[in-house]
Amino acid sequence: MLSLGSGGGKSAKPSFVSYVTPEEINSEKDTPKEEKHPDLLPGEVVFCSASTVLKLTQDELSQRGTFGTLLCTNFRVSFISDEETGEETAPLFKNKLYGENDIPLSCVDNIYGGYEDKRKLVTGSQVKNKYPSKIIIHCKDLRVFQFALTFCKEEDAKRIFQGIVHHCLEPKSLKNIFAFSFCENTAFPEMQMQQRTMMFDSAEDWAQDLKRTKGSCRLVTENANFGLSPNLPQYFIVPESVSEADMTLFQGKGLPIWCWSHHSGCALFKTSNLPLQQEDNVPQSYMEKMLTAVAHNYLYSVKTEDLSDTLPTVQDIQLSYSKFKQFFFIDSTTDFWVSDMKWFSSLDNCGWLDIIRQCLQKAMEVVECLEKENNNVLIMEDGGSDLCCVISSLAQLMLDSYYRTLQGFQSLVQKEWVAGGHNFLDRCNQLHLKDKENVSPVFLLFLECVWQLLQQYGPAFQFSETYLTVLSDSIHVPVFSTFLFNSQHHRASILRQADSSHSQRGTLNCPTVWDWSVQFDCKAQQLFINPLYAEKPKLDKSMRRPHRPKHQRQLSLPSATFKTPPKKGFFKDETDSLKKILRVKRISRWMLSPDSPQPSSTSREFYEAWQRKPLDYHGLLLPCLDGPAVRIWMQRYLRWIQEVQIFGGGLVTVLSKVSDLLDEVQELQRQLDRHSSSLTSNHQRPRPRPISAETDSRLSVLLSSSFPFTTLKNNWSYKPAIPTGLLQSLMNSGNLADTEDDDQESLVRA
Amino acid sequence: STWNPVLLFHLRLTSFHTFVYLFYILMFVIMPLHNNKTSRESLKMDLLADVSLLPGEERVIDKDIIYICPFSGALKGKVFITNYRLYFKSSDDSAVMLNVPLGVICRVEKMGGASSRGENSYGLDITCKDMRNLRFALKQEGHSRRDIFEILFRYAFPVSHGLSLFAYLSQEKYEENGWNIYKPMEEFRRQGLPNDKWRISFINKSYELCDTYPTVLAVPYKATEEDLRKVATFRSRGRIPVLSWIHRENQAVIARCSQPLVGMSGKRNKDDERYLDLVREANGTSKLIIYDARPNVNAVANKATGGGYEGDEYQNAELIFLDIHNIHVMRESLKKLKDIVYPNVEESHWLSSLESTHWLEHIKLVLSGAIQVADKVSSGNSVVVHCSDGWDRTAQLTSLAMLMLDSHYRTLRGFQVLLEKEWISFGHKFASRIGHGDKNHADQDRSPIFVQFIDCVWQMTKQFPTAFEFNERLLLTILDHLYSCRFGTFLYNCESARDQHEVRLKTVSLWSLVNSSNDIYLNPFYTPESGRVLYPVASMRHLELWVSYYIRWNPRIRQQQQSPVEQRYKELLALRDEYLKKLEELELSDSPSSHLAHSSTSNTSLPAPSTPSQQYTHLQTPF
Repeated sequence: MLSLGSGGGKSAKPSFVSYVTPEEINSEKDTPKEEKHPDLLPGEVVFCSASTVLKLTQDELSQRGTFGTLLCTNFRVSFISDEETGEETAPLFKNKLYGENDIPLSCVDNIYGGYEDKRKLVTGSQVKNKYPSKIIIHCKDLRVFQFALTFCKEEDAKRIFQGIVHHCLEPKSLKNIFAFSFCENTAFPEMQMQQRTMMFDSAEDWAQDLKRTKGSCRLVTENANFGLSPNLPQYFIVPESVSEADMTLFQGKGLPIWCWSHHSGCALFKTSNLPLQQEDNVPQSYMEKMLTAVAHNYLYSVKTEDLSDTLPTVQDIQLSYSKFKQFFFIDSTTDFWVSDMKWFSSLDNCGWLDIIRQCLQKAMEVVECLEKENNNVLIMEDGGSDLCCVISSLAQLMLDSYYRTLQGFQSLVQKEWVAGGHNFLDRCNQLHLKDKENVSPVFLLFLECVWQLLQQYGPAFQFSETYLTVLSDSIHVPVFSTFLFNSQHHRASILRQADSSHSQRGTLNCPTVWDWSVQFDCKAQQLFINPLYAEKPKLDKSMRRPHRPKHQRQLSLPSATFKTPPKKGFFKDETDSLKKILRVKRISRWMLSPDSPQPSSTSREFYEAWQRKPLDYHGLLLPCLDGPAVRIWMQRYLRWIQEVQIFGGGLVTVLSKVSDLLDEVQELQRQLDRHSSSLTSNHQRPRPRPISAETDSRLSVLLSSSFPFTTLKNNWSYKPAIPTGLLQSLMNSGNLADTEDDDQESLVRA
Repeated sequence: STWNPVLLFHLRLTSFHTFVYLFYILMFVIMPLHNNKTSRESLKMDLLADVSLLPGEERVIDKDIIYICPFSGALKGKVFITNYRLYFKSSDDSAVMLNVPLGVICRVEKMGGASSRGENSYGLDITCKDMRNLRFALKQEGHSRRDIFEILFRYAFPVSHGLSLFAYLSQEKYEENGWNIYKPMEEFRRQGLPNDKWRISFINKSYELCDTYPTVLAVPYKATEEDLRKVATFRSRGRIPVLSWIHRENQAVIARCSQPLVGMSGKRNKDDERYLDLVREANGTSKLIIYDARPNVNAVANKATGGGYEGDEYQNAELIFLDIHNIHVMRESLKKLKDIVYPNVEESHWLSSLESTHWLEHIKLVLSGAIQVADKVSSGNSVVVHCSDGWDRTAQLTSLAMLMLDSHYRTLRGFQVLLEKEWISFGHKFASRIGHGDKNHADQDRSPIFVQFIDCVWQMTKQFPTAFEFNERLLLTILDHLYSCRFGTFLYNCESARDQHEVRLKTVSLWSLVNSSNDIYLNPFYTPESGRVLYPVASMRHLELWVSYYIRWNPRIRQQQQSPVEQRYKELLALRDEYLKKLEELELSDSPSSHLAHSSTSNTSLPAPSTPSQQYTHLQTPF
């Protein structure tokens, strides 16, 4: 069987080439082979299927591929090859829910119909009796599939095409999402909270996080049953002086919600904007009260930032990303090399990297207020659950090394995004709604920013790039409760409904995405761990720097730069107008116009002062935002593209050496431990095993730069990818030296 | 071989002596003039303590000056000029320091006049060859810059003043003589030459056949010396097709040469045609592939000046143009790159700006040309590579293809051999391209062809981080000394000129430095894999700007001595050694009988030596 990644391209010829004519196939069809089914998941139902579908290899121009059966179930579109797959060794990195030829329904990004030479975007509505000769599916995880229907029976072809289009593109109700039938039929062991991801669905989690950061705010438990407001989380934390009446006044809008406390005492809060322009000044005075409450948290200081004004909107984000992702749907080798010429300017023009840069920049400004000026910060935004989530979680990642551990990161996502009420259902369009106004990859944008940090400061993160990539894929696997709801209240009400209709089964037990064993076995999960990460050294008396403050993350700047003396009663002086207050204390010291994301000179100073210090991976991290420092998340975006795979190369070749050595060191450590314990009991010790032999076996999997998403199945006897179309931008004339053997004649000088 | 600590100590001593001597000069000659406080004096001591002068390096002048740092603004300090370098240290606590070999200076200009208004408007503007500019301001009164300008002009451009390059003044001594790294015969023997198809010819032993070629050449066995002479008349500057590399198994070769002298009238030369057919015949290749590195149009244009390309008359040959541009295009491209990275990195639309320099696009073309050469050869097809003269693009293509094909060249010493062979001995015109000691900064012969090649190598090491024995530091060191004129390695245009100037007798080789402290140039992740052909991906998706070279002067770009991955690996290696030792000790104290068995297993599990500490343990292990 061919995998998507390693098939195709003129360089690696597929192992199977079909020369069978349609007639032969049809005659063969008379003795129908037993319909092939994938190993269906619990609760999975096949809607329709068609046999003798030809799955084409990557190169659009070739008609090579594999025959098999194409199915559509309530979970996925699946292709099952007719070929024996015995030769295939179990892939190292196998997803238990779906294989390399499966596309979860919500992972489908766009469907195109191929009609002779043309291709047309299928929008769902126009499907009548026509069906294309080819279905081209672009996936949200950037895979591209092409299925030729020309060899199928007409009936089958029609049915499968309509089935796929219907189930992938037509709006559906939440209850029809696969998670519900899957969970109903599966008993998940209580998620082992071995290292415990904090879910922030209990008062304890909030209390613990508040305590961990030594914050002095008020934990509100009165909303456990959404009695105060459905817009607020079940549990949340507000400044001490906020009263219960304040919380309900505007259904939670304008209420400063605590995110994180700095060791100095100042804290980060977020809020959604109040409805604007009301004649009475109730909202104004309410907002002033709330600001005062925030200011009271520490030394009467507050800085506010309206992210709706200074960052791209969710629609901007969506627009930019939809341009950006197109660069990675490569249909043919020719396409690839043609687009290679203008690669950098294309990237630049879609603005995606710039949006990433702006978010990191804004987060860095928030960090500066907290870390350097020790001001309370209130970030706000119209809904309070998109860019607020991005910025607050990025700021916390930079400031607090706990969130850079695997469990800490997951807890952060739970706190800021899941409990924080990010509208996952709408933003990810899990229901395939036609109205796409609310669709926007905000969470992906956050992961992109995290990847930038990871890429710049690898050893600071316990999780790996692969972890982030898999997490970004999991958004579109409709099994996890994490991404299915718009808020905690939404979740609670849906689950309550579901429970009442299935009264016999107690509460629906949907796994969260953090229950990685649902998707991956232990071995595959090891790839989530970043081998460069070293735990914070335990405080050892012999260690250097005994004078270090108890908070490792503290940035000690030259005292001269600490020039913001707290102003007592700052607010009382100018309570005249809310607008004035806001303007005076905005974080943004310059108005950010969309095309000039120039960092302000002071935040540049902040970065430079930090950068001059020796780098502490367990301390404060600030991203470098200079042009060359913000990059493309190669693993996520380029993993399926044959032409860019570096065989036997890529960073993975180095990382795998580190992780093998790490295993070896850990094994030795265990042996030493055993030694010391057996010394007392005086038992026969097991001999130390020769370690290298074991680790070598892992290296025998040939690595490529797309590891672990594609691995090489044959060895290095491959042909190099030779660029074509080189002339277009650099030369004004001349013919290109093509490399196809057949074409060389024409290239010899005329 | 190992370096000798005693010798190093001796070197230290020499420089220490120089320092003491200089210190005395300073104390008694200069100090009395500046009657300053003691703190100032101690500062001066600090200033000089940082400079450890090379043996043979001599102080020429020092002066109070203001360095207009593009990153930190105007900095007061002291500049210190020797016959080798310009050294500056700021006197405030910003501790900004410059240590610039005079060889990197491309141009010195006066900035402002005695009557110029504005702060720091009177001084010197120095353009460097290594992607930076330096600007100094001086006091406006008393022609304060006259002496320093003249001294800089003289010592930065010694060749223009009839002086010796510093390489001839240096007294550096190293344990190993780097001039021995490349012995043409040894290298041919390593490749399995001569054999029954290829012979070694000494026809050029006194540079009579071709004055820009090395003395020892590998040519088809069947070609007589007379043939070679006839072919030389038809190849630009007599640079006939000769073998650069032969594939051990399939006997396919990479041959290099210059363009044929076809001219406007379309001249033919039967001897040349027959000679190329002999190259083809040697391994029974059905069609000899001739890679002409130039764009087609350029090759045509060359006919006007008597050059050209192989036409249809060449039987059994096929010509492919690789569309790599000439030295002028490359020079302009790097200039544009400098504009967007120095002093500040272009902020808005960085990627578009980068694209508009075309630098990476040229890199892509060179790499993909080399990939095509390597691909053909590894599938058994002999190739001939040429451009116009066969010393710029040809050297890039053959050496990169050889780096892809032959893992020997990916070792620290093998890489030195590759440079010595394909670049130095085959007459890449280093002197003209770099302009060592030459004041003529606008010379049209200047071009960063070698820098571009090293960039290509860097791109390969980036894509295959375990395939090269050497690390990025070696590449940076090579590029630094490409300009520094401290070593003889990159001086002069060709072997005949080097012989004439006795470079190998009178100067030190860069490889003496490198091989005497080679552990700092080693890549700890190196995994030798002989026989594997490395094909980098020549796509813009993978090519990146070599930030740690082109933008290294920018303090915002974090310069890491060691990549975090490397650092982590070395920490883990040290930890493993520590644990192994502990385990061994425990075993030893437990049951002495089992000790021997264990220690042998632990030794076999050690990989190739990669850290200094490990080197030591290996060195101490008796054989």
